[in-house]
Amino acid sequence: MATEQRERVIVVLSLSGGNDGLNTLIPYSDANYYDYRPTLGIAEDQVLRINDEVGFHPSMVEMKQIYDEGHMAVIQGVGYPKPNRSHFRSMDIWHTCEPDKIVDEGWLGQTIRELDPNAENVLSGVNFGRGLPRAMVASGVPVSSVGDLSTYGLLTGIEQDQRIQALEVFSRMYAPAIGAGPVTDYIWETGRAALKGADILKVAPEMYSSTVEYGNNAIANGMKSIAQVHLADLGSRILYTTSPYNVFDTHANEAAMHSRLLGEVSGAVADFNDDLREHGRGEEVILLVFSEFGRRARDNGGGTDHGTGSVCFVIGDQVKGGLYGEYPSLEDGDLEDGGDLLHNVDFRSVYATMLEKWIGLESRPIVRGNFEQLGFL
Amino acid sequence: MANDDIALMAHLIRRAGFGAGREELEARAATGYEATVQELIHPETQHDVDLDLMERYLPEYGEGTALESLQQTWVYRMINTGRPLQEKMALFWHGLLCTGFAKVDNGPITMDYLDLFREHGLGSFKTLLVEMSKHPTMVYYLDNVDNHRGSINENFGRELLELFSMGVGTDGRDNYTEDDVRAVSRAFTGWNLEPTIPVFPYGRCKWRFRYDPTDHDDGEKTFLGKTGRWNGEDIIDILFEQPATARFICRHLYNFFVADEPQVPAWKDTPPRDMEAIRILEKAFVDNGFDMRPVLHTLFNSEFFKDALFLKMKSPADVVIGTMRLVKEHQEVKPGLFPIMLETTFMGQDLLNPPSVEGWHTGREWIDSGTLVERINFVADHVGDRSLPGIRLIVDRMSNGTSIVPPEEFVDSCLDLIGPVEVQKDTRSALIDYSANSGELRRATEEESGDFSRRVTEMLQLIVSTAEYQYT
Repeated sequence: MATEQRERVIVVLSLSGGNDGLNTLIPYSDANYYDYRPTLGIAEDQVLRINDEVGFHPSMVEMKQIYDEGHMAVIQGVGYPKPNRSHFRSMDIWHTCEPDKIVDEGWLGQTIRELDPNAENVLSGVNFGRGLPRAMVASGVPVSSVGDLSTYGLLTGIEQDQRIQALEVFSRMYAPAIGAGPVTDYIWETGRAALKGADILKVAPEMYSSTVEYGNNAIANGMKSIAQVHLADLGSRILYTTSPYNVFDTHANEAAMHSRLLGEVSGAVADFNDDLREHGRGEEVILLVFSEFGRRARDNGGGTDHGTGSVCFVIGDQVKGGLYGEYPSLEDGDLEDGGDLLHNVDFRSVYATMLEKWIGLESRPIVRGNFEQLGFL
Repeated sequence: MANDDIALMAHLIRRAGFGAGREELEARAATGYEATVQELIHPETQHDVDLDLMERYLPEYGEGTALESLQQTWVYRMINTGRPLQEKMALFWHGLLCTGFAKVDNGPITMDYLDLFREHGLGSFKTLLVEMSKHPTMVYYLDNVDNHRGSINENFGRELLELFSMGVGTDGRDNYTEDDVRAVSRAFTGWNLEPTIPVFPYGRCKWRFRYDPTDHDDGEKTFLGKTGRWNGEDIIDILFEQPATARFICRHLYNFFVADEPQVPAWKDTPPRDMEAIRILEKAFVDNGFDMRPVLHTLFNSEFFKDALFLKMKSPADVVIGTMRLVKEHQEVKPGLFPIMLETTFMGQDLLNPPSVEGWHTGREWIDSGTLVERINFVADHVGDRSLPGIRLIVDRMSNGTSIVPPEEFVDSCLDLIGPVEVQKDTRSALIDYSANSGELRRATEEESGDFSRRVTEMLQLIVSTAEYQYT
C-alpha cells in the first residue's frame, strides 16, 4: 500500500475553551503587558524569548525548540471581524468560516469532499474524540469518529459466524433509499461509514511501532492515535483531535492550569513530530494548532475572561517557520471594545494558505471568500 | 386493548420518563392516559427510590467525591425512580442550567444542585432561576465568585442572558447588548459563596450561598432600557417581562419533549419547527405565572405531542436508562453499574459534566460514526442476553402459539414487544427475509424452543441496530 509519493495530510489540534494568547506568545518587552497582567504576568526572565519583543510561555520548551529549528509558523493577532465571545458560536465560526449566519458545513468536511469527491475512502477524514467537530461535517462526506482506536467495531458482541450474517442485514438496512428524510439518511450514511471504517482502522495500532513515548493525557493520546493512523497508510488526509472540552476556559486559577495545559500541548506536538520523523514521514504533514478566541488583555485577578485576537501555530518540516502577522498593539486606545487584542490576520487566511499551497485546492468556496495567502508554506 | 393505546403510552413514558417494559405499559394503558399524565406531573404522590438502602450497600453513592460515583447514583435513580418525570426534568434542567463537574469538582454540592431541580423543576421557573443564581455550584461554575464591585467578571451575567433566559436573539433580532451584559454582571456582584477553604488537604467542603452587601455594586444600572439600582432579583424580574424568555424556555421544552429543533445558537435566525405549538406552550407558561407543571400538562395532552412519535433522537441517557428498564437490569443495588454508567459518556453524554455551559448539542448531533457504534453495540449486547428478566419476558411471550411461526408474524411480534417500534417498509422486509432464510421458526418441542429463543434475541439485536431504533 505504501508508495514513494505520498499524499499530503492536514492535522488539526483544537484547544477548546479559548486559549490565552497573551500568555502563550508573551510580549515581554511591552510595559502594558505587565500593567494588564498584575497577577498573571509571566516575569521577563521566565519567558522563552524568540526575539527582543516576544517569547513563549515557560512551559513550551519543546515547541520553542521546533520554532528554533525553523519548522513552526507563529501567526500573531489572528481572529475575525466583529468577534463573538460565546464559546460555541466562536468555535462554529472557526469551523464553518461563516461569521454572519449558522451553516452546517465545516471547512474540513468540504475539503474532504474535494479530496475524495466520490466518498471512496471512509477514512479520508478521521476525528479522534467523542462528538464530531462541525469543522469535519459536510453532507455526503463520511468521517470516522473514533473514541478508542484499539476496540473499534460494530455488533462485536455477536458470535463470529452469526455476526457475518448480521452485518449483511445491517448493510441492507442501511442502504440508501428514497424518502426517509435527512436525519435517517444521515444515520444510514453514518452506519455505512462506521461499518466500512471499523475493520480497516483496527489494524493501525497493530502495525504501529515507535520509540517515542507520548505523555499520559488526552491531548497526547489524540496525537498518538493520529500518528498511528497516518503511519498505517490508510489514505487519511484530514486528521483531527481536540483537547478536553473547554479546558482552556481559564476564568479562574489560570496560572497553574494554563501552565500545565501548554506543557501538555508542547510535549504532545513535539512527540508527534519526533514520531513522524523517526518513520521518515515528517514532510507529509502539517499541523494546525488553534483556539476559538483569546482572552481579555486585563486579567481579572485569578484568570481571564473571553476575548478576541489570539495566536495560532502551523507546524511541520515543510513549514517556513517564523513570525507572521503583527503582535496586536497593547496601547489602551488600540484595544478592541475597550479590552481586547485587535486581530490583524483573518483566520481564513491561515486556512486559505493551507488549502492552496499545501493541498492545492481553490480555497475561496471553502473559506467563503477571498483571503490573503500567508508565506508560511 | 388497542395497540394504539400501548403505542401512545409507550411514547408518553419514553418522553416523560425513561421507557418501560410491556407489562407496565399495559397496566398504565388500562389506567388511562390522563391519569398517567397526572401521576407523572405530581411526583410527590409516588415513592422515590430508597436512598437509605442505596447508601447502606454502596456508601460511595451518598456523599461521593468522584464524578463516577455521582454519575452512578444518578443513573441508579433514573432507572429505579417511581417519579420518572421528576428525574427527566432534572435531566432537562441539567442540560439547560448547566454546570460541569470538571470545573466545580465538588461532589456534595453537585448533588445538591440536582436536588434543586428535583424540588423546583416542576414549579415556577422564575423561582428556579433565582435559586440557581444563588446556588454555590453555579456561583462557582460561572465565576461569580470573581465578580466583584468595581471588578466585574462577566461570565455568569452573559450566560444568564444567552443560555438561561432569553437567548441571543429572537426572530432575527438581538435580545440584548454588551452593555446589558455588563449591567447584569454588576447587578450580581456580591452573590458569592462560603466558606472559602482551599481544596487541599481535606477536599471540598459543602459550600453555602453568601450575599456580601459590601461587595455589591449598588449603583444605577440600565438593563434592557430600564434604569435603577438593580440587584440580581430585579434583573430576573425584568427577564420575565420579556416575551423572549417565554419563547426560549418553551422552545427548549418542545426540543426536549416533542421533536428535535436545530441547535440553540441557530434559534435567533431559525423559526421554530411548529410555531403554533410554541404559542400554545408560551400561553400556558405566561398564564400560569411561569409554573412548569401546567405547561407540561398542556404539552402532554396536546395533539402536537401525541403526533410526535419517533420525531426525536434518543439521548445517550435515553438509550442507557431505557435499555436497563427494558431488560430489567440493575433494579436493585448491586455491583456492575459502573460500566453501564460509563456508556452514557462513551455515547457522548458525560452526565454532570457537559461539554460547556451550553450543554449538549442534541438531535442528529448525538450521532456520529463513533457514537452510533457505541449505541448499537451496547443495546445489542443487552437484548441478546437471555438471562436478563426483561428479555426472558419477551422470549416467553413469543414462545406461545402455533408450532411454526411465519416470518412476517415473527418480525412484527418482535417489533411490537420491544417497543412498539415502527420501522420503514424496506427495513421490515430485510428483517423478514433474514428470518425466512434462516430456516423455519419452530417452537413446539423443548429443543426447538431453545433455538427459537436464540432467534428471538437475534432478531431483537437486529432491530436495535436499525436507524429507526435511534429515535424516540
